[in-house]
Amino acid sequence: MTRPVERPGTFLVVGEGEGEALVFSQALSFWGGIDAATGEIIDHSHPGLGQNVAGKILVMPSGRGSSSSSSVLAEAIRRGTAPAGILIERPDPILAVGAIVAEFLYEIRMPLVVCAIADFVSGDRVVIGVREDGGAIVRRT
Amino acid sequence: MTLELTAQDLSMLDGERGPSSAAAMKILVAFSNAVGAGSLLDISGAHIDGCLYHGKAGLDFVERLVEGGGRVQVPTTLNVGSFDLIHPGMVKMPAAEEVPARRLMTAHMELGCEATFTCAPYQSRFRPQFGQQIAWGESNAIVFANSVIGARTNRYGDFIDLCCAMTGRAPAWGLHLSENRRGRVLFELDITNPEPGDSLFVGVGLIIGQASGDRIPVVSGLPQPRDEDQLKALGAAAATTGAVALFHAVGITPEAGTLDEAFHGHAPEETIRITRADIDHALARLSTVPDGAPLSAVSLGTPHFSHEEWMRLLPLLRAVAPGRGIPIYVNTGRATLTRLQEEGALAGMEAFGLIPVADTCTYVTSILKRLDGVVMTNSGKWAHYAPGNIGVTVAFADMKDCIRSAAAGHVVRSAS
Repeated sequence: MTRPVERPGTFLVVGEGEGEALVFSQALSFWGGIDAATGEIIDHSHPGLGQNVAGKILVMPSGRGSSSSSSVLAEAIRRGTAPAGILIERPDPILAVGAIVAEFLYEIRMPLVVCAIADFVSGDRVVIGVREDGGAIVRRT
Repeated sequence: MTLELTAQDLSMLDGERGPSSAAAMKILVAFSNAVGAGSLLDISGAHIDGCLYHGKAGLDFVERLVEGGGRVQVPTTLNVGSFDLIHPGMVKMPAAEEVPARRLMTAHMELGCEATFTCAPYQSRFRPQFGQQIAWGESNAIVFANSVIGARTNRYGDFIDLCCAMTGRAPAWGLHLSENRRGRVLFELDITNPEPGDSLFVGVGLIIGQASGDRIPVVSGLPQPRDEDQLKALGAAAATTGAVALFHAVGITPEAGTLDEAFHGHAPEETIRITRADIDHALARLSTVPDGAPLSAVSLGTPHFSHEEWMRLLPLLRAVAPGRGIPIYVNTGRATLTRLQEEGALAGMEAFGLIPVADTCTYVTSILKRLDGVVMTNSGKWAHYAPGNIGVTVAFADMKDCIRSAAAGHVVRSAS
């Protein structure tokens, strides 16, 4: 049993969320990589092929690929097939735009956080909260 | 880096210019923070790649901006949509998809965007000038604006291109800044006295796209192009096989008078030789059928055919006179089409199978009558995307061979 761990993070898109971690060492492109209708990973070159991101806390080093990923993420958030939150090591403007557009249109906040991710494993329970100073606090239990 | 906003940016963010400007500024700020920009800068124009319908969120976004009374703040052109609004009936689509797809095009016009519907806005009266800051979407347009014109844009895409247009601002980052425009990797064309043929430029584009990664490529040894359409083809191919947003061609493009200028006085991080065999290999990969395969159509004009290209095609059609009922689709901007019609240049050309297509492109929507058999194209970009997008088999060749093949009814290619 691992001890709960807390770490700070920086919000690219502010919000609260919790769910089971789905961790990839390889970046995943939403465009061509995720079916917005179901949340299923459809990229045949990605190790997560066949898994589903809906309701999970997606953890990966960065975003990847075409700017069309913004639309796919926004559409997935609209349909309820998006992750409950995304943790990335490096800021990604394309995911940030998709999430902020969905918040603007549908008032659904999917937190997008830049933080250290090295020790996460799939299946961890992850809670993303907002600190008093507006920064992110990420708890792993 | 902390993003510093001007008083004007902040007033927009606070909603003093209306809810649509506020939303656009909020999204632009989120994007700018994510890329680590220190400030925003003024742009003089925008090109929006938002008119192809990919789902409800895209349309909801534009509708919400329209409802909020939003207007673009700079001259803004539109990329292709899913419809040819000039030729009704050309595109075949179920009504349930047609209604939102058409609405997406008209909703953009209600924001004040120009109804250009072309992937080649650099051929229009909205062509930017050297050194101008712009925010453009559409990969071929981006690479052309940066490389051939020397205007400055990053690769903008979904939502953010429109947010730049709605605010007249873009993040001061990336290719907007001089220091980030220097070449990193050198491609030396190792061919003695190369002919400036169309295929050479496509081949070079395919290769630099594949090998550059996120480094800015510099090409040396390229012959002077016949016209800018050859550079258009090079850039479009490079932005297809890779993420190239800017290339320099020594002695040809405006920021590369010399090798030293292209590299800003630095040494290349890597030097890659391109041989004739490399070009042949890259081009061969675009064709999946042998010569002699039966042809069902020809598709030209990806990116959109320029007036100059039409002036080379039309005499060729008259000389070769294909008349076997094989359609020759030519994608072009509506402004170019209007000019041709005013000149009477297209009179009688349908006898040769010519079908002009405006506002859209034959690989993004249902236009081709037959998808069996082989479609021939002179576009590296079309050859790359069409098999996946619309399920056709492709043969690549230069324009003359495409037309000769249409006359013969099967794939004919001269030795290169």
